[in-house]
Amino acid sequence: MPIRTEPITVNIGPQHPSTHGVFRMRVTFDGEMIIDVEPIFGYLHRGSEKLAEERTYTQVITLTDRLDYVSSMSNNLSYVLAVEKLSGIVPPERAMYLRVIVAELQRIVSHLVATGFFLNDVGALATPLMYCFREREKILDMFEMLCGARITLSFMRVGGIFQDAPSEFWEALTDFLEYMPGYIDEYERLITGNEILLSRTKDIGVLSSEQAINSSISGPILRASGVKWDLRKADPYDVYDRMEFEIPVGTVGDNYDRYLIRIAEMRESLKILQQCVNQIPDGPIRADTANLIRPPVGDAYGHVEGPKGELGFYLVSDGGISPYRCKIRSSSLINLTALKDMLVDTKLADMIVTFGSVDINMGEVDR
Amino acid sequence: MYGLGIAKGLAVTFRNLFRKPFTVQYPEEAVPQAARFRGEEFGWFEERCTGCASCAKYCPLGIIKIVTHPGGSNMQEGQSYTVDTFDIDIGRCMFCGLCVEACPYDALFMGSGFERGQYVRDDLIIPIEELKSAERRLSTWYRPQLEGKNYHPHKDEPLSWEEVGRK
Repeated sequence: MPIRTEPITVNIGPQHPSTHGVFRMRVTFDGEMIIDVEPIFGYLHRGSEKLAEERTYTQVITLTDRLDYVSSMSNNLSYVLAVEKLSGIVPPERAMYLRVIVAELQRIVSHLVATGFFLNDVGALATPLMYCFREREKILDMFEMLCGARITLSFMRVGGIFQDAPSEFWEALTDFLEYMPGYIDEYERLITGNEILLSRTKDIGVLSSEQAINSSISGPILRASGVKWDLRKADPYDVYDRMEFEIPVGTVGDNYDRYLIRIAEMRESLKILQQCVNQIPDGPIRADTANLIRPPVGDAYGHVEGPKGELGFYLVSDGGISPYRCKIRSSSLINLTALKDMLVDTKLADMIVTFGSVDINMGEVDR
Repeated sequence: MYGLGIAKGLAVTFRNLFRKPFTVQYPEEAVPQAARFRGEEFGWFEERCTGCASCAKYCPLGIIKIVTHPGGSNMQEGQSYTVDTFDIDIGRCMFCGLCVEACPYDALFMGSGFERGQYVRDDLIIPIEELKSAERRLSTWYRPQLEGKNYHPHKDEPLSWEEVGRK
């Protein structure tokens, strides 16, 4: 006689040690298999878009720091690009190079954090995370030399950056470019090819390129699914059109591919950094702009390839000193919408691993 | 072979066992701070301040309270105000430094402190008396003239108001 079974719905989060931040999932299981996932957002909503309407264009930069707090530089860059497009300000060359340098450093930071926490979710508790945080610390020290803060940076300004880099920053960056490839090799030696990792991540959480495009996701997850799309190449901003680098592309689109793509992107970032250090010209670092920027009436969309995907700011100006509307296209939120495609028909134990491989940041999801 | 992985792992452990630790024992020793560190212990120079309240307008959170009355020591040089109140509510400050960037007379500086813990929120408001008498450890954030002198807040002597301007 067959045993009568029925699906069970389990609520995970918002206060759960393995969800990164206050994220909640309503998961329906059939035995151990997942048959339905419903992500529920909004527990960290702070109303950044509304707050931006109350602040001047320069003051909004401090809000963008707090969106995705492990990649503040990319957020700053995306926002100032939007304002520059809106008001027709062109930053000087040196500022553009410095922006690319800090954006790539931030990409390395974000991928280190993503790799570390992904391995934490796989079950390698804390040890790989501490290895990753060791280098993150070095980059954060560099950010402290640049702008006096480590997380909430507020480094960029409309029309450039706020102040030129000090000499010790260049020394630290040169050292960093020397030892960082060795450290990435060390991670690969420790992690890539580890049998436990392979069995936990290979062919799990597969997202086909079709599904990825249909849910409009971007960033390393899209590239892991085999789509060669990178805004740094597709729509180059600042000086990315002068840089030579590859776009790493995955084949299967499983958790392991996402991990590999992040490692490969760190190596590409180092290449870009090296080219920037060689090419950077002398000169001013900030265009001559008024303190209170009043862009003409109109709208503009500025976007960057952030560490987690396309991060865009859509700004509408009514000619005043603050944006009339500031819409944030956050990569984490849209990447999360593909979570159901990845999770359905996998097992309960793989749920957190797949979720970790998406690399979201709740500050950006809920804004 | 079974056990090879354990041996490899323990080899890594042994390599790291006799290494100098990366961590420091914080209250006794501190990690070095960058000269541009944005922290509290704001440096404010009464002699340089004209009471224009640019800092208060630029603050995204509006936490600087300035009350002035006309007059002051250098009326000959133009409009000047005596500052009666200059309160900074550190409890809500996010240390973005826009107030320092806004100051046209180099009267306000970010500090380099980070250890101001209090039990009551009201104690986090820095009153003008404290700003006047505080020992100033000025951050070089947005002050290239201090960087030109290779000034470091934790290694060098505090500067007087005449030395900090951009001339």
